[in-house]
Amino acid sequence: MNPTPHYDVIVIGAGSVGAPAAFYLAQAGLKTLVLESAASVGQGSNKKAIGGIRATHSDPAKIQLCLRSIEIFSTWQETFGEDIEWYEGGYVYVAYRPREEKILKDLLVTQKSFGLNINWLPAPELLKIIPDLNPRELIGGTFSPQDGSASPLLAVHAFYRHAVQLGAEFRYNEPVTEIIVESGQVKAVRTPAGVYSTRCVINAAGPWAQQVGQLTGLDLPVRPDSHESAITEAVARFLHPMVVDIRPAPGSSNYYFYQHITGQIVFCITPSPNIWGYDCDETSDFLPMVSKRMLQIMPRLANIRVRRTWRGLYPMTPDGAPIVGRVKEIQGLVLAVGMCGQGFMLGPGLGELLARIVTDSLNPQDQIILDTLSPYRNFTGQELLK
Amino acid sequence: MADYRIQQHPILPVSPRQSIQFYWQDQSLEALEGETISAALFANGIRIFGHHPKDGTPQGIFCANGQCAQCMVIANGKPVKSCMELIAPEMRLQPADGLPTLPETSSLPLMLPVEEMEVPVLIIGGGPAGLSAAAELGKMGIHVLLVDDKHRLGGKLVLQTHRFFGSTSAVYAGTRGIDIATRLEKDLRKYPPVEVWLKSTALAVFSDQKVGILRNGEEYVLVKPQILLVASGAREKFLAFKGNTLPGVYGAGAFQTLVNRDLVRPAERLFIVGGGNVGLIAGYHALQAGIGVVGLVEALKECGGYKVHKDKLARMGVPIYTSHTILSANGEDYVQSVTIAAVDEHFKPIPGTEKSFACDSILIAVGLDPVDEFYHKARQFGFNVFSAGDAEEIAEASAAIFSGKIKGREIASSLGYKTGGVPASWVRTGEILKSKPGETFSEELPEISNGVMPIIHCTQEIPCNPCAALCDRGLIVVDDSDIRQVPTFIGNQYCCGYCEMCVAGCPGLAITLVDYRSNSDMPVVSIPYEFTRKSITAKDTVTVLDTEGNDLGQLDVVGVHAIPTSDRTLIVQVQAPKAIARQIAGLRIQEPALTQPLDEYVEHIEDDTIVCRCERVTAREIRQLIRAGYRDVNELKTVTRAGMGSCGAKTCTTIIERLFREEGIASTEITAPTRRPIFMEVPLGIFAGQQAEEEKE
Repeated sequence: MNPTPHYDVIVIGAGSVGAPAAFYLAQAGLKTLVLESAASVGQGSNKKAIGGIRATHSDPAKIQLCLRSIEIFSTWQETFGEDIEWYEGGYVYVAYRPREEKILKDLLVTQKSFGLNINWLPAPELLKIIPDLNPRELIGGTFSPQDGSASPLLAVHAFYRHAVQLGAEFRYNEPVTEIIVESGQVKAVRTPAGVYSTRCVINAAGPWAQQVGQLTGLDLPVRPDSHESAITEAVARFLHPMVVDIRPAPGSSNYYFYQHITGQIVFCITPSPNIWGYDCDETSDFLPMVSKRMLQIMPRLANIRVRRTWRGLYPMTPDGAPIVGRVKEIQGLVLAVGMCGQGFMLGPGLGELLARIVTDSLNPQDQIILDTLSPYRNFTGQELLK
Repeated sequence: MADYRIQQHPILPVSPRQSIQFYWQDQSLEALEGETISAALFANGIRIFGHHPKDGTPQGIFCANGQCAQCMVIANGKPVKSCMELIAPEMRLQPADGLPTLPETSSLPLMLPVEEMEVPVLIIGGGPAGLSAAAELGKMGIHVLLVDDKHRLGGKLVLQTHRFFGSTSAVYAGTRGIDIATRLEKDLRKYPPVEVWLKSTALAVFSDQKVGILRNGEEYVLVKPQILLVASGAREKFLAFKGNTLPGVYGAGAFQTLVNRDLVRPAERLFIVGGGNVGLIAGYHALQAGIGVVGLVEALKECGGYKVHKDKLARMGVPIYTSHTILSANGEDYVQSVTIAAVDEHFKPIPGTEKSFACDSILIAVGLDPVDEFYHKARQFGFNVFSAGDAEEIAEASAAIFSGKIKGREIASSLGYKTGGVPASWVRTGEILKSKPGETFSEELPEISNGVMPIIHCTQEIPCNPCAALCDRGLIVVDDSDIRQVPTFIGNQYCCGYCEMCVAGCPGLAITLVDYRSNSDMPVVSIPYEFTRKSITAKDTVTVLDTEGNDLGQLDVVGVHAIPTSDRTLIVQVQAPKAIARQIAGLRIQEPALTQPLDEYVEHIEDDTIVCRCERVTAREIRQLIRAGYRDVNELKTVTRAGMGSCGAKTCTTIIERLFREEGIASTEITAPTRRPIFMEVPLGIFAGQQAEEEKE
């Protein structure tokens, strides 16, 4: 039998978080292995993501991580060559009722305090940015011009390829069946194909983070909520920002859509009530529900043809914020879980942070982020803006 | 401007229609009321409908079936699929060059809730299988909803001008496909419990056991059936070769749609790839429509289709190149020539054997795949689901008719009706009808020199028996217990009644009658003929050929007539020297000059073998990734976008599978692509319950 190969770090999950993490770990000179149960990179939730990227969150940790992600996404092509379809179209949160106007304006105070480039635009100004918005009863909205979008598929693939170039190994069709811990220290990881020795494991298993946590007896408060999305045919550019409508309605607490760089409209809802579990089978409810809502704020969309629909999992935490950091009880175990549907936009910034955690080279700002996202925090808070 | 309409057809009625005016790039042109935009454009000689946004390549018709978006044009400012949308008076058409602009809308449409309903049985597909299943259920008083995406029932039967094979007692053998469609429909209309929605496409089956249907092309409805029958037929496989997406390259189904439904001549000179029944029959249909057929290639040593179909085509003057493959479609913006080559035992082209032919269209008929995604999704979602016809197993339409009938019975039993189950004899008939061609025997011509008798040029075991049913003296025998037997004439030259019904009624046009009674040295030979009456008259000189298409010489026509049971098949009589009379099986239709190769073969330098035509992904890109170790088709899709286009991966999936095979990768190593709804692109407004707008200018 071959001697057990040893790695400096093993990442569980080759998705939106695991692939960039592997890239930054390899860049830091660590011998990195990524174990993935699917057949190739990004086949879990990454390929289900619609590609929106924003820094305009409501808590400092996500803001910092995403600001860094945006820097990486937006400069990827000039730095590394691949087109990952980054498009700086901005985000617009629309308000058609005083209730949403108040929520957005209140939030703006916090967001501005973090130095984010985001402003309130009254209806006439907003209509200049999005001429096709239904002007009837439109009050206004927030506009953050530096947010944007990219292709989750191409981006995760680019991270993967560059990680491999730097020496990282990716093993597919290998679900982790055991994390071997001895005397409170991670020793190895087992899959049906073999045992890999390591002193550091990162749980980046997305919606399956809970199951991976249980391999070491951890009960992580992460459970998937299933969202449904769709994509249309491609048409000439007519819409620049992501449009988000946070008005709750029967079946959905919000919905959002944007025009991808290919010309296709991608759209998604947040189900209300949540649809907990791993079921990704298509439902008949989604298209009629979301299309009515979309047409109401943009009648022009009536003629665009829907091409494909799918469902993806949002690994949710009780307070809507990710869980990132070392596990105190088990030396060498790091969590990067509970991305709450934002793994793609958090991924690059988080990947760098994970490399700093593993190499013990955290900076003071990192500490603020890690405090906010600590696995040991009090999970009673509520995310202000989903 | 040239008129590319079919003005006369030996089988299809060409009824006069109101002419209307439309504009193509501001040029005023004429169309006929009720035809599709694509038909109107083809009729005016316009075959390039736009240019691809990615690389500017010319785009034209491909599926003619609403499944892809290659035929997109801008009609009155709105991007539409020209093969599905009807032309309207004063319609202004523009080519779809690059990405289309989404039309602006002035106001919010009225949106109503999506209608939902429950039915005992929902049948997807009104082709041979769906129709006969519905009739079987309707007969028992079971409420059935049958949905079909076309303007009329019958599926692909409505495109078939030839007489069908199979069993006369079980499945209308000997009747033309178009007429079988009418009969099945008429039969169905006898049963009020069967509700039919035309122009209604099934879009998706959902996990809540509802089926989303686009009713009448304009309204989204959710139907929850107790039982679902998927009878959605087949789709054509496509092929990777250089120039394979040039306008003028398309599938046999598209070709038959243009010719036999739309009555336009999309080609002057056609080349066919594939010697199965679909390709052979399409060649025959082309000749009937007055289109030259330059040749047909088949990679195998023998054509896979029925020998009678192959012989018929060969006799009409179409060269059939077995053990040959297509290398390239050549041309600037449209097909101008085809290059073929012989293949070795591993199907690799043999250098030095290349030949090119001038042609303007290339028809791909390399096999069919079941349209079974609804069936598999429904199984996954726990539906009580059945499938029938080609959606279950690819076979002849006769087999589909019978399989539908069997499934109808099974569904009734499943609903708790006392049916007595499916009789064993039905199962056996079903199996026989599905069977592939069996053994081929050498032709044995009877030794006679007086009297009169039929000569049967049918030497291959296929499920077919109309000749036996037609002989009112019972002298032609096909064993009723297994109609795959070749027919035998059990009489002699003194007992044949000379009714000529076998000559006119054989679906393979494989029976002649030789009459020595008036002149034993120069007997009269009756030959079936399915071209226009105008095209042949007594005293014409014709080239007569034997079963396989070998030239037997030139003879004068002594008469052309029909018999009461002819049903559009004419009988041409020639007087022939007795030495060749029994060998004569048919008449040459097209001149050999048309089928001559070009002096030099056309080398196709450009590497433009396309795998995904929607997203313009080349075979080279896919091969490179396979060689780099890619085994997950989903990852190939991620990196190249192959399969992400408007046709919903319906065309590239089998080509990608083939590329993996060619690269020597075992199928067990490959992760299959995820299939997702919806079946066809549909405007968002329809899902929103948008009410049809009033026609306004």
